[in-house]
Amino acid sequence: MTARVGVVTFPGSLDDKDAARAVALAGAEPVSLWHDDADLKGVDAVVLPGGFSYGDYLRCGAIARFAPLMSELVPAARSGALPVLGICNGFQILCESHLLPGALTRNSSLRFVNRPQLLRVESSATAWTGDYTEGQEILVVLKSGEGSYVADEETLDRIEAEGRVVVRYAGSDPNGSRRGIAGVTNEHGNVVGLMPHPEHAVEALTGPSTDGLGFFTSVLAHMAKAPAGV
Amino acid sequence: MARVVVDVMLKPEILDPQGQAIAGACSRLGFDGIAQVRQGKRFEIEVEGEVDEARLADVRRLAETLLANTVIEDFEVRVES
Repeated sequence: MTARVGVVTFPGSLDDKDAARAVALAGAEPVSLWHDDADLKGVDAVVLPGGFSYGDYLRCGAIARFAPLMSELVPAARSGALPVLGICNGFQILCESHLLPGALTRNSSLRFVNRPQLLRVESSATAWTGDYTEGQEILVVLKSGEGSYVADEETLDRIEAEGRVVVRYAGSDPNGSRRGIAGVTNEHGNVVGLMPHPEHAVEALTGPSTDGLGFFTSVLAHMAKAPAGV
Repeated sequence: MARVVVDVMLKPEILDPQGQAIAGACSRLGFDGIAQVRQGKRFEIEVEGEVDEARLADVRRLAETLLANTVIEDFEVRVES
């Protein structure tokens, strides 16, 4: 049976269509979810896409965190059962929801960064990165103004020790993220958030590479091994 | 009606590039002797009736739930007379 992967649209989401396309290219059925829906329509995994949910008023992701859909998503994600990928604004929402440690703040340059970005995969032990090898460098897209990852030293030490840094910026530092962290995971490895956009690097016509597709094929392989049953 | 003010500031250890940019502008404009600027947010909340301890506790809960991200920000709540 084809896996069903939900893509949530908040008011102000921009990359929901690209995320759904990446899901389809990976071989799953994309399911549109609306922020105001009361339930997750029984999907097997969820992508929170990039954009500017609710205008990013107050703080990026701060209001989206309280969307009706999130009341079902958060406990399912926290329990380890539901694979969730947060990209860019989606990562900010996952941090604001306290599903992931740390927070995203203004780029140290104060400039919006929009460029192809090389990343180093630090962990393939998550639901979304199993198809990569650790140390592999991948080229995706970075486009964000508030992408500087911060957390206190104790938290940074802990997530490093637990292998929860998923991807790191390779080459020059684009935004002042602590320890070059571009993406992290939770204790179960089912929730992954990253600032760069793998969904924009899935087709040669429109992306700098097709390296991003691995996130979407990884979750299918993960679910084939361990059905989520949510 | 009474007004409760919530000030939200980035924690001291969190880099504030906006504050740094403002500090840079100060010296360019000839405002000397400004060592550092940190930028924060101020929320002015009008509440109905008297501000008692229970109401203040509500505002504190609002501040830590929504107005501030306590991972990176501190907040202060005070009643403005």
